[in-house]
Amino acid sequence: MLSPNVTAVLYLISGVLFIMALRGLSSPATSRRGNLLGMVGMAIAILTTLAYAAPRAGAAWTLIILGLAIGGIVGAVIARRIAMTAMPQLVAAFHSLVGLAAVMVAAAALYAPEAFGIGAVGLIHGQALVEMSLGVAIGAITFTGSVIAFAKLNGNMSGRPILLPGRHFINAGLAILLVVLIIALVRTESHAVFWLIVLVSLVLGGLIIVPIGGADMPVVVSMLNSYSGWAAAGIGFTLGNTALIITGALVGSSGAILSYIMCKGMNRSFISVILGGFGGETAGPSGGAVEQRPVKQGSAEDAAFIMKNASKVIIVPGYGMAVAQAQHALREMADKLKAEGVEVKYAIHPVAGRMPGHMNVLLAEANVPYDEVFELEDINSEFAQADVAFVIGANDVTNPAAKTDPKSPIFGMPILDVEKAGTVLFVKRGMGSGYAGVENELFFKDNTMMLFADAKKMVESIVKSLG
Amino acid sequence: MEQLTPDQAAEAARQAADAAAAAADAAREAALAAQSYADQVADGAAAVVHAATGGAIDPFVFRLSIFVLAIFVGYYVVWSVTPALHTPLMSVTNAISSVIVVGALLAVGVEAVDTISGSSGHLWAQGFGFVALVLASVNIFGGFLVTNRMLAMYKKKSG
Repeated sequence: MLSPNVTAVLYLISGVLFIMALRGLSSPATSRRGNLLGMVGMAIAILTTLAYAAPRAGAAWTLIILGLAIGGIVGAVIARRIAMTAMPQLVAAFHSLVGLAAVMVAAAALYAPEAFGIGAVGLIHGQALVEMSLGVAIGAITFTGSVIAFAKLNGNMSGRPILLPGRHFINAGLAILLVVLIIALVRTESHAVFWLIVLVSLVLGGLIIVPIGGADMPVVVSMLNSYSGWAAAGIGFTLGNTALIITGALVGSSGAILSYIMCKGMNRSFISVILGGFGGETAGPSGGAVEQRPVKQGSAEDAAFIMKNASKVIIVPGYGMAVAQAQHALREMADKLKAEGVEVKYAIHPVAGRMPGHMNVLLAEANVPYDEVFELEDINSEFAQADVAFVIGANDVTNPAAKTDPKSPIFGMPILDVEKAGTVLFVKRGMGSGYAGVENELFFKDNTMMLFADAKKMVESIVKSLG
Repeated sequence: MEQLTPDQAAEAARQAADAAAAAADAAREAALAAQSYADQVADGAAAVVHAATGGAIDPFVFRLSIFVLAIFVGYYVVWSVTPALHTPLMSVTNAISSVIVVGALLAVGVEAVDTISGSSGHLWAQGFGFVALVLASVNIFGGFLVTNRMLAMYKKKSG
């Protein structure tokens, strides 16, 4: 049995270790140590809790060990098996678990408040009830929101935005209802009201995410990350637990910053993303009206010839590369080019892929050294000196309309200036438009050569042609 | 222990926040002590703050101070994360937010027989706690391990 003071200090230590875990991510060199510190912090938090409030009943110990074992095994298997292309879905799924866990912990605190030191049934402190209801509401919203985000990312559900008539009024009505219910809960501590809050929040969470289209998924995933943090912080206030409060604040602000970076990457306001309705097209030839204008088409041999004779090639990967699993073939191609004395770099747009940093992970998986991979602002000026820009599976992030056409829905979005390169090689399955449903002027330029094929097959045949 | 007017409370909160920023260690001890002793701000460093502000400070204010300071820490730390590691950032924040497992552990550990009300409330609490425990454990193990797997792939140019 630990004293409350020692317990609180230990929780603080685990909170500090979590801060250091995030700090470690400032560079790939220190990141693994940071992750280790995070694990240590978690172990301290768990052991402290068990030492402080050691259950007297043997049955409780059995349950605890059983719960940790089941969860641990499931988690470990998932972590080992998951494909790197599926990371956005996985993260969404994990967010939903945090949300649901927050709801469950709050429910437990309501049914057995003594165990958490917040009063007795019927006599829970009003303040604890407010904190608890905020935690549970955000947790429930995170849960259904993440489930829908998961379904959209995983393809169980169309990425097309689903727009209910009058949805803003429905959402606003539900939000007001939620506030009324929270007030009612604080006054009555009724369990029925608690479950009503859960129900309303679950519905609200679903309705918030449903209208948001596939193109905005990076924002949604970051936003739900942030929500799961605030939910944890709410529960942390209820339990008076420093580790939870610190972690909740860290995760909450982390998700908020990532959402901000993603919004900026698309030149969209956060509000317009939340209101939804943007970007319904799925990648592929079916999307949009295809213009009948001549484009220059090339073969794998042409592409290989052009790149072999270049002195600098910049590769621009996008979500299409992830879908086609072309990253390994791409790295092979880069290796061949480097052996020919060609300088190869990778340019990553902030919103490439379906979550922040998604492309970087995929390239790292294919053993591309991280010091060859550059962010938009670091490499954009280099396109003018590059002989070839090799665009694979990206589209909207290279569309010059973002700079030239004020009527375009993506106007103002920062883009990679691939058109400044000597030759632009565009690997694409067909002439379809991108996620934003916008025609790309670049396809019709004189220095653009379209390579129509599946990304992976095309890169593999280029590798073959490079010999 | 005297009651606070809102003004006094606000002033106390401000001072507590100042103290926390200026002397992190002292404030941290104060916050922790106050937190554990709930309404009875009695001993240790808490007395210092008590004397300085001339009144009892609700533990909520200390928690709020920690929360607000942690948001600022989070803000600066997350901006320093390299964009290349944003995906691992998400998975690791996800893993650490599973520290909510402490709540689950407390719930699972409750005495199954509720001596106060005699209702089945504790059994329910234990059930909810168990579900939360399993969910959080999936996240803890899954989150940290998948982050580790990703980070292991980031390599520098050899030679």
